Amino acid sequence: MQTSITNSTTSYGWGAIILHWLIALIFIGQFGLGFVMVRLTSQRTAFELIQLHKSFGFLLLGLIVLRIAWRLGNVWPPLPRSVGTLERRAAPLAHFALYAFQLALPLSGWALVSVSMLEIPSLPFNLFIMPNLPLAESDGAESFWAAAHWYLGYAGMALVALHVAAALRHHFQLRDGVLTRMITPSSDPE
Amino acid sequence: MYTRILGFAAVAACLAMPVSAAVALGDAAGSYSISPASSSIRFSIDKVGGGGLNGAFARFKGSIRIDNSDVGRSQVNFTIFPESVGTGQGRIDAFLRSDAVFDAAKNPEIQFRSTSVTRTSDTTALVSGRLTARGKTFPEKFTAELGGLKAGTIKFHVTGKVLRSRYGMDVGTPIYSNIVDFDMTLTGKRG
Repeated sequence: MQTSITNSTTSYGWGAIILHWLIALIFIGQFGLGFVMVRLTSQRTAFELIQLHKSFGFLLLGLIVLRIAWRLGNVWPPLPRSVGTLERRAAPLAHFALYAFQLALPLSGWALVSVSMLEIPSLPFNLFIMPNLPLAESDGAESFWAAAHWYLGYAGMALVALHVAAALRHHFQLRDGVLTRMITPSSDPE
Repeated sequence: MYTRILGFAAVAACLAMPVSAAVALGDAAGSYSISPASSSIRFSIDKVGGGGLNGAFARFKGSIRIDNSDVGRSQVNFTIFPESVGTGQGRIDAFLRSDAVFDAAKNPEIQFRSTSVTRTSDTTALVSGRLTARGKTFPEKFTAELGGLKAGTIKFHVTGKVLRSRYGMDVGTPIYSNIVDFDMTLTGKRG
């Protein structure tokens, strides 16, 4: 049983697997948190959940930067030979888009916090002060980034749904190892 | 030569001021009602990373009674209407009025009733009392400095620090400090 932290030409290592699922959990959790926090009647709970959403957003940003570095610094197991031409072309585009959304969502949230006239400092998990991005505060800029963050959130979730559907199709319809290799590092070569 | 004269004048002024104020405080005995038009109740709460949240209450009422024979038996009472809070940012005002902070709909008044006044200098006094907000009452202390007295009008500069967590208003800590710095100018009109 290969339990390498790095990827091999046939399988993902623990590094990629942990980053994938941790980010998946936070990414989807952040959507749920964002959805709920703007619909609460209790302003106190809303305030606290918004701060939590910001904390996880900054964590997500750190993790995705690490993940992109990890991806660039590792070999990558190719898709099984059985995968068709169209999917072979579409998959990298979808994955690139997923990475782009993982970056754009926390960055747009950070921009929103930075331009907000409310001037609420960011104190991720009450641990340290996260400075604002050097952007000018205004109501207009706040509306813009709020809308951008909102649209990116919904588009990101649509992309995640597509990604999940593709993974399930690989597992249940195509019956290849594309989903399972992201769950456990495989020991047997193809 | 000029500096010597100026120096002498400054010393004389320093010596003279407390004396006149002391005399004034004796003359000040009586009951005053706080005039909202010429008074202000401002507050500020520090934020992490510098700066703070500054605001004021537009509506309040109160009275000051200065005892002729014993300043310690003087009394200061005031009532703040938290609905009137203003920070210059409407969304923050709405947040402060909501049940997250003041819950102004259910608790329309914040009250201070002094229990003792201790003179700390010719022009200053420590005012101890009970502050009630959101149904909770705690002892608090404020420093009052006599700012002026003329024609039936008395002016105090009142400062003090209050821990908001005691009153169920700890939302936002530690991003926003638990300490609320009060800075009030209370002008009383005799009668």
